[in-house]
Amino acid sequence: MHNKSVAELSNALASGEVSSVELTQHFLDRIKQEDGKYNSFITVCEDAALDEARQADERRSQGNATPWTGIPFAQKDIFCTNGVRTTCGSRMLENFVPPYDATVTARFRDAGAVCLGKTNLDEFAMGSSNESSYFGATTNPWGENRVPGGSSGGSAAAVAARLTPAATATDTGGSIRQPASFCGITGLKPTYGRVSRYGMIAYASSLDQGGTLARSAEDNAMMLNVMAGFDPKDSTSIDREVPDYTATLNEPLKGLKIGLPKEYFTAQLDPAMAQTIRDAVAEYEKLGATVKEVSLPNAHLAIAAYYVIAPAEASANLSRFDGVRYGHRCEDPKDLMDLYTRTREEGFGAEVKRRIMIGTYALSAGYFDAYFLKAQKVRRLVQQDFVNALKEVDVLMSPTCPSPAFVQGEKTSDPVTMYLEDIFTIAINLAGLPAMSIPAGIVNGLPVGLQIIGDYFSEARLLNAAHQFQLATDWHQRTPA
Amino acid sequence: MTISREDIEKVALLARIRVNDQQVTELENDLGNILNLVDQLQSADTENVKPMAHPLDAIQRLRVDEVTETNQREAFQAIAPATEAGLYLVPKVID
Repeated sequence: MHNKSVAELSNALASGEVSSVELTQHFLDRIKQEDGKYNSFITVCEDAALDEARQADERRSQGNATPWTGIPFAQKDIFCTNGVRTTCGSRMLENFVPPYDATVTARFRDAGAVCLGKTNLDEFAMGSSNESSYFGATTNPWGENRVPGGSSGGSAAAVAARLTPAATATDTGGSIRQPASFCGITGLKPTYGRVSRYGMIAYASSLDQGGTLARSAEDNAMMLNVMAGFDPKDSTSIDREVPDYTATLNEPLKGLKIGLPKEYFTAQLDPAMAQTIRDAVAEYEKLGATVKEVSLPNAHLAIAAYYVIAPAEASANLSRFDGVRYGHRCEDPKDLMDLYTRTREEGFGAEVKRRIMIGTYALSAGYFDAYFLKAQKVRRLVQQDFVNALKEVDVLMSPTCPSPAFVQGEKTSDPVTMYLEDIFTIAINLAGLPAMSIPAGIVNGLPVGLQIIGDYFSEARLLNAAHQFQLATDWHQRTPA
Repeated sequence: MTISREDIEKVALLARIRVNDQQVTELENDLGNILNLVDQLQSADTENVKPMAHPLDAIQRLRVDEVTETNQREAFQAIAPATEAGLYLVPKVID
């Protein structure tokens, strides 16, 4: 049952082959048996999930089921869930029970989906390995000492281990695509503004975007059908029609124009990685696509711009954690300054503190123009590269990551080494474009992903391209030993 | 680009994060390395480039000035560390 896709489970529920209570119990049992190895969940909602499952079965018997009614899924523990603890991987929110639902949560609730629990993540989504979580690192099901990627590492590991058919995720610099690549699953970061940020705990608001993780492109399309859409509660949500993302999955790819950014295929790229990606691109040529080289001349500046803009926004966003209204508060503060400084010293981990401090520095008097304003100008240069390249081609393809999943502890001693992990993904967030990672091969026994980048609001195109590849190959069906 | 101990102590204060001497030493190294990474920005020619705040250059929407939310003070204060008589409690600020 746990090997079935969301689409297959939806059909099984509709035909009465299985009930939502049975399905939910099956996944809850699997989490109980297996998650000791992975630590992919921070909170499991056993009772609430079974209640939701009973309601879903009831709703189906009344004839109002949606494709998601009764389907179990998991939520990255960054989306607020009314009455269910939402930690964002931080001691600061260890006991935070939100009094409201994120819009993404409410949309799945309205569709009748069953939330199995809340998945582990790097603290406040700041990380590329899931090692900065206050609740302990998550382990990649593909190798017991391998990271699952981050920050949506818990969601990706849970999907890869078949503990949930699908999981929500967020992506600020690669946090959906890199874990998808490391865990051998399919992930989509939509266009900035496509999915509401309301109730999604903020890291860097001009870059944060909610998205999807599941095993296949079809399942990602089904998730996006629930999640996408205008929300007046998110000031940067885009008011634009949402297509049925499953409707165009089967369109042929003949004539699809693929661009390969030459800056992403340099001599430094691991030869086995490069070959895997070239093989995947060759598969697309067999499906009727044409390929040409394109250039993103400012690509090398993306990480530098990101590590000014994201920390600057984080320093402002995380100023809300003051020990007064919710979250952690230090014991016996002697005055207001002591309350603030000790609460934040105790509540935040090392990486979060580093980013808050870099951001504070970049925004402080005397440095604002040199760092923040300069980074915002470079951001436009990076975006213009993509706009120009996407005039010549329909999609861009690259590796999602420079390598397969690395070993736990390998990159924790130097923050900058960890930052370079996101070299192929980060520019897409600066530009606000949609992008996917799909399983494209195995290198050294570990899965690696192909990144597909599209123009603004081209999610349907990306999902179509991913689905056609998955009809022709079986990389997305490979399972960890 | 290096960052001095004084700078770190100042930034920690601005960010309202308490740091001890050992942490300042670690931060000197880590933040210095991060600043070295971001210094690549200075090599970019950004003459006549407008800073970009939003990928689609969208502007803030305005809404009608009317009450749309109900008062949920009790629900919000139920999760606060310390409240009394509908107010949030903090250490005394005025003698």
